[in-house]
Amino acid sequence: MSVQTFTTASTVEEAIAAVAAGARPVAGGTDLVVGARTGKSTMPESVVAIHRVAELHGVESLADGGLRLGALASHAEIAASGDVRKRFTALSDASAIVGSHATRAQGTVGGNLMNASPAMETGGPLVVLGATATLRSPSGTRSVAVEDLWTGPGKTSAAADELLVGVEIPAPAAGTGSAYLRLEYRRQMEIAVVGASAAVAVADGVVTEARVAMTALSATIRRIPEAEATLIGSDGGSAAIDAAGAAVAAASTPISDVRGSADYRRAMAAVIAGRAIETALSRAREENA
Amino acid sequence: MKVAATLNVNGISYPVDLDPGTNLLTAVRDVVGLTGSKEGCDDSECGACMMLLDGQPVNACSYLALQAEGSAITTVEGLADGDTLAPLQAAFLDLGGVQCGFCTPGMLVSATALLADNPDPTEDEVRIGLSGNLCRCTGYDGIVKAVLSVAGSS
Repeated sequence: MSVQTFTTASTVEEAIAAVAAGARPVAGGTDLVVGARTGKSTMPESVVAIHRVAELHGVESLADGGLRLGALASHAEIAASGDVRKRFTALSDASAIVGSHATRAQGTVGGNLMNASPAMETGGPLVVLGATATLRSPSGTRSVAVEDLWTGPGKTSAAADELLVGVEIPAPAAGTGSAYLRLEYRRQMEIAVVGASAAVAVADGVVTEARVAMTALSATIRRIPEAEATLIGSDGGSAAIDAAGAAVAAASTPISDVRGSADYRRAMAAVIAGRAIETALSRAREENA
Repeated sequence: MKVAATLNVNGISYPVDLDPGTNLLTAVRDVVGLTGSKEGCDDSECGACMMLLDGQPVNACSYLALQAEGSAITTVEGLADGDTLAPLQAAFLDLGGVQCGFCTPGMLVSATALLADNPDPTEDEVRIGLSGNLCRCTGYDGIVKAVLSVAGSS
């Protein structure tokens, strides 16, 4: 490894100044260091450790019913939150299965998002929950919808001098249920073979809102409007779910790799998306009950 | 260029000079000199390098050593009380939780974290809690029995 400069930021201003000067931020190290040690990438020349910046931590329920996650909120912290479990359930599903207990203790939601893997766990849930990311640079702060954060595998729309400081999720509509599911071969240290997220609202037995996103099925995690359209206005029965699953499979452009062939991924896309939608619907109905 | 730092491992402060890219596992094994923690996959897959950082598990192969300055680092060497093994360590020996021994330090550290978080886990919770640690000898049964045997008593 070839790190020449290592600094530890204690405030967000220090962290941003270091990033603007060309340093790569590191928090849990679960992507940056692993990537370098496995030869997938090299360690950057300049690193700023941001894990001790207190104001970037925290999982906070907001007065307006929304949720604010500090960029450094760990997966373990998010998974342990009762409010996330109850109202932002898809995110809770995802945070609870990232990596291993060690990955969840050290790894952060900010790192997960900015590493921009199309197979990341927390991305799909944040997309279907309508989350926005807050990016800060020395020249200011801006918000971007999480689904617009990624431009390709490992690539984001953040400028070189911007640091992700937090994520905000708006209050879910009444009667909303959400879920994240992945196809996996192992319980821990697994990467989604195929993943799907769904957030649906049900009123009087009719689906009034639906957002569906696919994971590990295209270059970036993204919503599938065709799947959402089959659900909205339907009774959320098996015909609507099957049609939505088929729409996800049809929209997918998976790769073949060590975890599965493109054909297998496409075949499983409908199954996993269907299960995620079904789980979200049953959670929405519980909210209504 | 080396950076001077202090690593607190098992309650003892060690002054170290490190290349900034050094991972925690290398720093503890090669610089501090505590070789209980093992390097298995070097990829966060196997858990052989597991340590605790302020009580929370970390794959030390995938963590920059300089980030651990200011935290309490616990390795397998920190589990026993002098020459008296921790109950978990004794249970691993008694119940066949050890064969070749390579995964054992990481297993013990992970199990310690698991029991600190959930003092009375079910068998399922133990199996899931340890599934970030690979063992190629025991078939896991002895390990799970050992953890369950001390659960509820720690």
